[in-house]
Amino acid sequence: MDNELAALGIIFAEFYYWLTVVLMFLIHVGFCMYEVGASRHKNHMHTLMKNTMLIPLVTITFFFFGWWIYFAFPNGPGIIEGGLVDAPTAVAWGELMGPHMGGKPATEVFTADDTAGWARINGVFWAAFLLFSWTAASIVSGAVIERIKSTGFYILAVGIGSVWWIIDASWGWHSAGWMVQKLGYHDAYASGVIHAIAGGYALGILFVLGPRIGKFAPDGTPRNISPRNPWLVTLGLFLIYTGFWGFYVACNVPMIDVQAGDGVFFSATNIYLAPTTLSAITVNFLMSLSGGLLMGFIVSKGDAFWTYSSGLAGIIAASAGNDLYHPIQAMFIAAAGVVVMYKLHYFVERTFKIDDAVGAVAVHGYAGFFGVFIAGFFLWGYPSSPDASFHVITPWGQFIGAVIMFGVLGFLPGWVTAKVLNGFDMLRIPREVELAGLDVGANAERYADEQAIIDAERSAVGRAAGSD
Amino acid sequence: MSTGNFENFAGTITEIGPLYPFVGTEMLWFILGLVFWIWWHVVQSKRETREYEEEVKRFGGAESLNKIIDKESPENP
Repeated sequence: MDNELAALGIIFAEFYYWLTVVLMFLIHVGFCMYEVGASRHKNHMHTLMKNTMLIPLVTITFFFFGWWIYFAFPNGPGIIEGGLVDAPTAVAWGELMGPHMGGKPATEVFTADDTAGWARINGVFWAAFLLFSWTAASIVSGAVIERIKSTGFYILAVGIGSVWWIIDASWGWHSAGWMVQKLGYHDAYASGVIHAIAGGYALGILFVLGPRIGKFAPDGTPRNISPRNPWLVTLGLFLIYTGFWGFYVACNVPMIDVQAGDGVFFSATNIYLAPTTLSAITVNFLMSLSGGLLMGFIVSKGDAFWTYSSGLAGIIAASAGNDLYHPIQAMFIAAAGVVVMYKLHYFVERTFKIDDAVGAVAVHGYAGFFGVFIAGFFLWGYPSSPDASFHVITPWGQFIGAVIMFGVLGFLPGWVTAKVLNGFDMLRIPREVELAGLDVGANAERYADEQAIIDAERSAVGRAAGSD
Repeated sequence: MSTGNFENFAGTITEIGPLYPFVGTEMLWFILGLVFWIWWHVVQSKRETREYEEEVKRFGGAESLNKIIDKESPENP
C-alpha cells in the first residue's frame, strides 16, 4: 500500500466485508429464534444448542480446510484441465491466514505482491464466506428438528458447511469455476450455490431420518405440527431478512476497475467480477421480497408462517439474476417461485412422507432450484463473466447447474452421509426420548430444583408466621 | 528477546509481515487444532449416548411419558 489510492481501495474493501459479516450474524440469530419458535416446549433447549454449536464447528473446519477448497477446486479437480489449483493464501498453516501487515513475507511461498494484496482482505473475505457456511448448515438444522441426534447433526453440519457448499462455490461462484466457464452458470446471489444445495442436502437427510412421531396419520395423511411460538418464528424470519442484506452485499466486490483494455472505470461487481451496482441489487432485493410476500399471502391464505417464509423464498427465487433483472421482473419471478415451492412442499410431504419441520427444503431448495433455472430464460445469451471466452448464460446450462447444486452436491451427499450415520446409530434419537422430549433430563433437574425452592419458601413462610 | 518477527514499529512498516508470535510453527498449531476438533466430537458423542441411555431408563415408562405428553397438549399451553 505505497500510494493513497491503493490504500483507500484496500482498506475500504476490508471495512466493507467486515460490515457484511456483522450484518450476516443476524441471519443466525434469526435462525435460532425461528427454530426454537417452531419446536415444541419439550425440545427448546436442544433445538437452540444444536443450531448454536454448528457455529464453532463450521468455523474451525472452514478455517482448517473449507477456505482452501474454494481456491483449490475451480477445475473440479479433474472435470476440466488444470487439476488442483495451488492455494497457499488459503491453507490453514499459511502466514496469510493470520494477522499480517502485508509487508515482507516470512516464507518463500509468497511474493511481496501476494502479501500486500491479501494481508488485509483474506480474513474478512474468509469470514464473509464463513457466514454463508453457517447459513447453509443452519438451513439443514431447521428441517431436522425434534428427532435428530446432535452427534449426527454436527457431522452433517460440517459436511454441508465446510465441504459440499464450498465445492459448489468453487465450481459455480469462483470467477474461474468450471461451471461458469463451460456452462455459463450464473448465480449472482446464490439461489443455487447456498440455497438449492442446502435444501437438497436437507431432503437427502430427511429421507433417511424419517418423520417425527405422529406427523402422519396411519393412512399417511400429514398432520400439521404448528410452531409453538409464532411470534418468535416471525421475528426470526424478520431478522433473517435483515441479515440477508449483508449476504447480498457480501456477494459483491465493492470497487474495482472493470474496464477491459485501455481506460479506467471503477464499479462494484458481482461475484464473477462482472459490473453491477449496489442500487440494482437493493431495488431487486426489495421487489423480490415483496413479490414473495404478496404471493405467499395468497397461496397460504394469509398464514403468517408461510407468508414470512415466502418473502424469503421470493428473494431466493430471484437471487440468481438479481444483479441484472428489472425490478418488476424480479417481483414476478419471486412470486412464481413461491407458488412452485409451496405446491412442491405439500406434494413431496404427501407423496414421500417427508417431514420438513420448517419448510426449509421448499423455501431454500425448491425456490433456489427454480431461481437458477428461470435465470437461464431471462438472461439467455448474457455473458456469464467478463472473460469473453466463457460460455454465455443458457436455460440448459442453468438447468444442469441447478441439478448439480440441488442433486449432485446437495441431495446425494446428504443421503449418503445420513445412511452411514444411521448405520452407526448416530442419526435418530431413541423413541422414548423423542416422546419425552430432548430436554427431558435437563427439565427434570430444573423442576426438582424449583420444587425444592418452593418447599424451602413454604417452610420459611411457616417460620415467619410462627414468629408473629 | 521477542516471540514475534519484530521488536518495535519504529522501522519501515513495509518490512513487517506476520504479526502473530512463533512464526514458523503454524503447521504444529494446525495439527493441534485438528486433534482438538476430533476430540470434541468424540467427547460429545459419548456424552450424548450416555445421556439418552439414562433418560430412557428414567423416563421411558408409559406413566412418565404420558405425563410429559399431557404437558405438551395444546389444551395445556
